[in-house]
Amino acid sequence: MKNFKKLVGAAMAASMVFAMAGCGSNNGGGGDTFKIGGTGPLTGGAAAYGQAVRNAAQLAVDEINENGGVNGYMLELNYQDDEHDAEKAVNAYNTIKDWGVQIVLGSVTSAPCIAVADKTKDDNIFQLTPSGTAVECTQYDNAFRVCFSDPAQGTASAQYIGEHNLASKVAIIYDSSDVYSTGIYENFVKEAEKYSFEIVSAEAFTQDSNSDFSVQLQKSKDSGADMVFLPIYYKEASLILTQANGMGFAPKFFGVDGMDGILSGVDNFDASLAEGVMFLTPFAATSSDANIVNFVKAYEEKFGETPNQFAADAYDGVYLIKALIEKSGVKPSDDVATICNGLKGAIVDYSFDGLTGSGITWSADGEPNKAPSVVIIQGGVYIEM
Amino acid sequence: MKALKVKMKSDKNLRSNLITFGMVIGVYIIMQVLLAAGVVSSLVRGLLVPLCTYAILAVSLNLTVGILGELSLGHAGFMCIGAFTSAFFSKCMQEAIPIAALRFTIAILIGALCAGLMGLLIGIPVLRLKGDYLAIVTLAFGEIAKNVINMLYIGVDEAGLHFSTKSSLELNLSENGTVIIQGAQGITGTPNDSSFTVGIVLLLITLFVILNLIHSRDGRAIMAIRDNTIAAESIGIPITKYKLMAFSVSAAFAGMAGVLYAHNLSTLSATPKNFGYNMSIMILVFVVLGGIGNIRGSVIAAVVLTLLPELLRGLNDYRMLIYAVVLIAMMLFNWAPACIQWREKMVYRLKSRKKLTKEAE
Amino acid sequence: MSFLQYLISGLSLGSVYALIALGYTMVYGIAKMLNFAHGDVIMIGAFTTYTICSALGLPPAAGVLAAVVLCTLLGVCIEKVAYKPLRKAASPLAVLITAIGVSYLLQNVALLIFGTNTKAFTSVVSVNAVRLADGQLTITGETIVTIVSCIVIMAGLMIFIRKTKAGQAMLAVSEDKGAAQLMGINVNGTIALTFAIGSALAAVAGVLLCSAYPSLNPYTGSMPGIKAFVAAVFGGIGSIPGAFIGGILLGIIEIFAKAYISSQMADAIVFAILIVILLIKPTGILGRNIQEKV
Repeated sequence: MKNFKKLVGAAMAASMVFAMAGCGSNNGGGGDTFKIGGTGPLTGGAAAYGQAVRNAAQLAVDEINENGGVNGYMLELNYQDDEHDAEKAVNAYNTIKDWGVQIVLGSVTSAPCIAVADKTKDDNIFQLTPSGTAVECTQYDNAFRVCFSDPAQGTASAQYIGEHNLASKVAIIYDSSDVYSTGIYENFVKEAEKYSFEIVSAEAFTQDSNSDFSVQLQKSKDSGADMVFLPIYYKEASLILTQANGMGFAPKFFGVDGMDGILSGVDNFDASLAEGVMFLTPFAATSSDANIVNFVKAYEEKFGETPNQFAADAYDGVYLIKALIEKSGVKPSDDVATICNGLKGAIVDYSFDGLTGSGITWSADGEPNKAPSVVIIQGGVYIEM
Repeated sequence: MKALKVKMKSDKNLRSNLITFGMVIGVYIIMQVLLAAGVVSSLVRGLLVPLCTYAILAVSLNLTVGILGELSLGHAGFMCIGAFTSAFFSKCMQEAIPIAALRFTIAILIGALCAGLMGLLIGIPVLRLKGDYLAIVTLAFGEIAKNVINMLYIGVDEAGLHFSTKSSLELNLSENGTVIIQGAQGITGTPNDSSFTVGIVLLLITLFVILNLIHSRDGRAIMAIRDNTIAAESIGIPITKYKLMAFSVSAAFAGMAGVLYAHNLSTLSATPKNFGYNMSIMILVFVVLGGIGNIRGSVIAAVVLTLLPELLRGLNDYRMLIYAVVLIAMMLFNWAPACIQWREKMVYRLKSRKKLTKEAE
Repeated sequence: MSFLQYLISGLSLGSVYALIALGYTMVYGIAKMLNFAHGDVIMIGAFTTYTICSALGLPPAAGVLAAVVLCTLLGVCIEKVAYKPLRKAASPLAVLITAIGVSYLLQNVALLIFGTNTKAFTSVVSVNAVRLADGQLTITGETIVTIVSCIVIMAGLMIFIRKTKAGQAMLAVSEDKGAAQLMGINVNGTIALTFAIGSALAAVAGVLLCSAYPSLNPYTGSMPGIKAFVAAVFGGIGSIPGAFIGGILLGIIEIFAKAYISSQMADAIVFAILIVILLIKPTGILGRNIQEKV
């Protein structure tokens, strides 16, 4: 009996090792297609963000291919699950590397993105993260991002509130177990010192207790805040808005780009609760801009839901890659280092018009230079302020 | 006669141990040959260190669960402590000790020692509890470790170390200061000192220490406590001492695995995924699937279950679903009495058929 | 005044934990297994109600009923396929691990069916909030309903176990399976019944959890599930009143820790207090006093 079990175990282990070893490495040119690889969370708590990125990237790739590709070359996308974990992200990256990836579109969340950036640097592969906000995501010169960084958002939010005198007493509710949220929180506090408004309370929650916000809201209320700053994602924000409404607390709410999705990312959410919420976003799905309208329509048709800013960032990411390939004239048959250098050289003095801004330029340190715009939700739509 | 029996038994142990070591070394040699031949995919190359990490974790937890017979759901907590203390050390000493091998050796010792000490500290009050109550307290410990690290800010400048629990601003660092542990973001930029060879060496050390412990006088005392605490106590075995010994050794090796983990990735943060109860439970899954008390089984199960989700990547969206189904099926296959009976029957049939063919010849 | 409001928040959070813990402790008391998939059955229950009420537009009562029926069936099926074959396994840990497998399975099935988008659950409770002290204190309708259901369910379970034949059979099975079988009790049937009741409770808990905290995704059940497990141990696992008291206490401690010590450290504080209490009273608050384990 024992032998049988051993045999099965050993056979399984051996077959696995050989199956994987057998895959071998088939790096090198992909003939006449550019191989774009992506990593992001497709399962687990952050799956909503990763799936949005995958869907939008696929949409963009399909559109480009239908319209004749880039310089006559086709694009191919391979998107792997990283479960929002640094170690799994490296596995996902290695998977696309074995597939022969030439350009990396990832990761979606900060910690996995930092881990992957370390590997792409070693392999000298061009990396463009749609939504990795931590500063370290783009610390190497082969990595760039589409979204704002944490410091940029925290600073811009404080500036906006201060310059427009939106509030005199601000309370903050943030997620102390999340890199994105703490990063913005810190920079907001740092920048706020320069302005006349006062931070009256800063309360945290964690991913382990993110359903009851009664204490945080009560403290904000007791501190006499007239504005609550929410550097968090829309999932928790929707609960905060509901609970604040339940306890009759109605300050102004100010969010950052994670707030986008409050109207469309939470099915069945009572949009009237989000009335008057302001937030900093590069993208508004309700915009009347023709490109955005087309994108939203195509996305809704294909995936049955309204795209959020993750999707918009990914869509822009793919089109940016397309533009850079066109500008630098790299070919799929080039090796990854040539492609990387070509794209790197092309991005620094390029001005990109996309869904998340027009005239975006990049500096060599990987940061995009785009103006954040603040929107307010009125009558169930975003209105630019 | 009696002496012979004892000798035979120890021979059997020796043989079994040798098979375990041989298996690990064999895999190492095969992998090295394949690596040299350049036929190993990046995915497998990237998985080599994690595989060693999880194997060490599984073996060390097996000491608590299989040999000591206590259910621990906080193993990831010890891993977390080992990871953060060692990564902190490596980050601080990156310039002071430029020799990577020396720095990493000290880091490993620090990680294992801190985790072991923590195991001792926690073990003293906690090991009085039994069964599920012990399980829940260890789970609680793991969650506390994760939560505390998530709000910890430590920076260093000329004046020395600065601590804060609020934000990196409150560290009041001078111009040249650097933040080492940055709250939820943890430690970024740990030197990549882990390698497959180091991982295998650490795994072999773990196996050596734990197998020797099991087959020593102390190990027999620990197993006596597992089988019948009252009987063990009545023959004069100091229960607390042996329980603590097993628990802290187990914790120390978990800490060592944490060191390996921390020096394999450039970013280290305590998330529910890597140091939460989910990970503790995953390690327990390795132990139970491999066979409670079966050290070799733990290694195999850790390897199989870590590779499985990576192999299933071709299934795209159905990956984790199939993984869950396979896990349930493997558990039923390995543990259900009905399955065991069926397997015995099959083996018996195979054997008798072999005999028949042999006789026919 | 804010102290009272915190107390009320603690009660409402605690009552949800208590409701989940009742199902946990019920299954543990009789089948002697930690059903790690309990939290995910809760999630399935909530999704069922969401689908019936919000997507199909049927009245809440139909949604709750459907959730109870579906979860009961699901619970019995899981027990038959995944747990029963392992009941006589060499180690009780085997079934624990299978339960984890079932938990992953349910999460990923839900992910495939319902997608990743969070759903805002429409409360099924139509009781109005009570406002005291000139509107400074608010007790939501969900809190009232949850606490009342907790007490009703707790009383119902205790009466069921003490007064009915099936309940007595459960008690016998939990004491000694072998002896129970010799006495002519259908052990398999009794355990299946336990899972049916436990899963039905999970459905109710899921609906009320999501009514109180209206955010629903495939991972909604796992953290409350673990917290409820903690609550059940807190109160003395296997004890029905213990689960209730443990749940309420856990909720109050969590809220007070956030309010008066540190909102960042609340999780650590809750678990630290748990450790201290278990060290003082190693079998939970009501663990020893109650002779009859469910």
